[in-house]
Amino acid sequence: MPELEVNGHHYEIHAEVGESLADTLRDDLGLTGTKVACDEGHCGACTVLVDGVPTLSCITLLHAVDGASVTTIEGLREHPMVHAFVRADAMQCGFCTPGQIVSAVSLVEANRDPSTDDIRHAMAGNLCRCGAYPKIEEAIRTWRG
Amino acid sequence: MARLIRTEKEVEGRYEEVWLVVEEDALEQWPSGPREIVGRPATRIDGLERARGEAVYTADLKLPGMLHTAVLRSPFAHARVVRIDLAGALASPGVHAAIGPEDISQLEEECGFQGAAVAAVCADTFAQARAAVAAIDVEWEQLDVLLDPDEAIARGEQLDEPRVRTRGDYEQGLADADVVLEGEFRTQVVLHNSLETHQSVVQWVGDTLEVYISTQYIWGIRDEVAKGIGIPADKVRVICHYMGGGFGSKNSPDDYTFIAIELAKRTHRPVRCALTRREENIATGNRNATIQRLTIGAKSDGTLTALGGEYVNAVGWSGWVAPTEGPMQLLYSCPNVKTTTWGAKINQPPMKAFRAPGFVEGTFGVESLLDELAAKLDLDPLELRRKNYAHHDAADERPFSGKSLMECYRRAEPHWDRRLEVRSRSTETVKRGVGLASQIWYGGGGPPSYAWIRVGSDGRATVVTAMQDIGTGTKTAMAQIAAEELGIPLEHVTVSLGDSARGPYAAISAGSSTTPSMGPAVRAAAADAKRQIIEIAAQRYHLEERVLDLRGGTVVSADGNLSTPLEEVVGLLDDAQILGKGARGPNPTGMQVLTFGVQVAEVAVDIETGEIWVERIAAVHDIGRVINPLGASSQIEGGIIQGIGHTLSEERLHDPKTGRILTTGLDAYKLPTFADVPEIVSELVDEPDGHLTNLGSKGLGEPPIVPTAAAIANAIRDATGADVRQLPISREEMLRALREAEQRTAEKEKRGAPAGV
Repeated sequence: MPELEVNGHHYEIHAEVGESLADTLRDDLGLTGTKVACDEGHCGACTVLVDGVPTLSCITLLHAVDGASVTTIEGLREHPMVHAFVRADAMQCGFCTPGQIVSAVSLVEANRDPSTDDIRHAMAGNLCRCGAYPKIEEAIRTWRG
Repeated sequence: MARLIRTEKEVEGRYEEVWLVVEEDALEQWPSGPREIVGRPATRIDGLERARGEAVYTADLKLPGMLHTAVLRSPFAHARVVRIDLAGALASPGVHAAIGPEDISQLEEECGFQGAAVAAVCADTFAQARAAVAAIDVEWEQLDVLLDPDEAIARGEQLDEPRVRTRGDYEQGLADADVVLEGEFRTQVVLHNSLETHQSVVQWVGDTLEVYISTQYIWGIRDEVAKGIGIPADKVRVICHYMGGGFGSKNSPDDYTFIAIELAKRTHRPVRCALTRREENIATGNRNATIQRLTIGAKSDGTLTALGGEYVNAVGWSGWVAPTEGPMQLLYSCPNVKTTTWGAKINQPPMKAFRAPGFVEGTFGVESLLDELAAKLDLDPLELRRKNYAHHDAADERPFSGKSLMECYRRAEPHWDRRLEVRSRSTETVKRGVGLASQIWYGGGGPPSYAWIRVGSDGRATVVTAMQDIGTGTKTAMAQIAAEELGIPLEHVTVSLGDSARGPYAAISAGSSTTPSMGPAVRAAAADAKRQIIEIAAQRYHLEERVLDLRGGTVVSADGNLSTPLEEVVGLLDDAQILGKGARGPNPTGMQVLTFGVQVAEVAVDIETGEIWVERIAAVHDIGRVINPLGASSQIEGGIIQGIGHTLSEERLHDPKTGRILTTGLDAYKLPTFADVPEIVSELVDEPDGHLTNLGSKGLGEPPIVPTAAAIANAIRDATGADVRQLPISREEMLRALREAEQRTAEKEKRGAPAGV
């Protein structure tokens, strides 16, 4: 039975082989902050951190990350990046926002003062149909407040 | 007093005559300029729950016992179901019910496009439902496919009568012209691709149907569902607290909602019907392709004498004929205009409104051709637009309620003046240039729309209205308007929306109408509540009402002797509450209410590869009074970025033989990403429309996407001399236009004209 540490809590998960990590998080653990928008790994809405690495949870099999430590948007509630996004108005409909924030957190944890190019490179996998990109860039640039 | 009027109602450029009960708008507009709260930047009042993933979208909803649906959709562009057998599906694991064409009208035997719904199955899990759909036994008869819009028109396969609009004498206008230009422009099918796909969760509670749906129009869903299944509208409750994007595609219940309702009825369970991304890209509507055959006649000084347009909208199997001719009709003062707009019925998925439908496509055509004229006559494109400025709506001979486009042009000058410097940064192979285009679109909103405001003994206010915030930030704008009028801090206002059972009727979030429709009603409700608070204070402190005011959360008297926190005044009330109500007043009679603007684009073109980079876009728009400059700038940026996608990368492709869709996933359909975003500078004129409501505000959802394509195309011409005629401006189209421009130059040289003239 696969085991996960999610946002600091330990879980043993009853799931059939073939279940995606996104489905585990959303359906089994009720962590619906992680969104699924394409379910094919193209849009980045489902991004979570697996052992600190931004990962597309919709195309990651639960059984393939057995024993991993997973951080979702729910585990980043108090992260300054969340407030930076609100402050900069870095969202419109908000559906891609949790995935954007997870990617952004991963970026600044590794590089506390990312350049514009760093930001654009790190965030290239997160689509936003509303086009909040300029404000997302601003949020990441000013994340420490 | 309530007044019954017969009036014209506009949504997305479509007009209808309706009876309306309106209440007179008794409030004077605020003076222009930022106020305490309105007109100043505010962060979203629901930003935190969206950012933290706590906002529950329809996609996140899980009701006890809820079943999941998969839909069988036609794999062919045109086919008939000869025989269908649901037995295999019904026998599959986890399945609770299956329905086909005989069960509800939304499931069809004759499928006019790939993606038409044929049958549906609900099961314990979505995977089970999907497996069961694969077990449905269908025999198809494939039918002839009609894909060419021109051929469809010739054959009479039209969705409506051709729409002919004329003014003046078009032929005479052409005869009077010193120069006549013609051009054929083509635009592509563009997909909304809201990140939350179309979906509903429905359940029957007693005799009431609850519909949780990702929608732009709670009340429209309520009425269409009630009508569709034949129950009273009050027995349908529609709920949408958050929704993940719509852009015009989520105004109606569509097949998926009716499928869920029928399956819920049969299983006595809550049922979810959510489309996959690949279904989303074939079955939920799109911006239709167009062919635009345009003619422009002008005097050598640039005065327009004739404008003509033959517009073919490739609507698809269903939809409506969007006003592609609108910009040609409305932008300029040209006395002689003739347009004909056709709607071709072809075997492609249905058209749906998409952010300024028709005007985005039509602006690309007419504003591109206008710049071709400017190049031909060697006139400054900005001056050419000023010369032909429309001071009134010449199409319908009526005044504009307000128009500050000239001011937009003035404010755009510093951006326009950059073109020499931009061009000078060209290299041998990368050419740079600057182009501009004007924006015209609707956005005045209208009645009916209602709001209530509740003020409790803690002095805090709740705006209650059954509207929806589709991500534009209207919820925040409503809180700002209520706080401003009441005279209390913004953080003391909450907004309750998203539930047809818990608030009065509110307008659709389409046609850039939410703020201009709802805002005046919210202000009226706040004024009503404030009046009651002042009445109570007057009695409590033995003062006259006229000397009392509520400012910054404090009840004050004109002489300064009284200054008491609001909560002390209303604290007297214990559990009693002050209830204010407000309604949207009528639009000004006999006036055309429109939004305006101009965008200036800077591009770089690699003339060897045809690659195009948009480097900067400056946008100046006139939407009357601005409620929230921060949210407004986000709308402008988002519109421009969608516009860049529309201009350069987005296109739904189909196989020209079979009509099958080739781009159904986000791997093949190219949405703009972070890497595609230029520097964006935005500015709003922020002058209230003196004739429009107690706010003077218009909407901003759609205007920013309208001129982007034309501005980019005109910048490409400035950079390279090439006339691009087709969206998206792919590398092939760019190289074709460059070759054509080269040939033109070569021919001129052959005729002995000096190069470059």
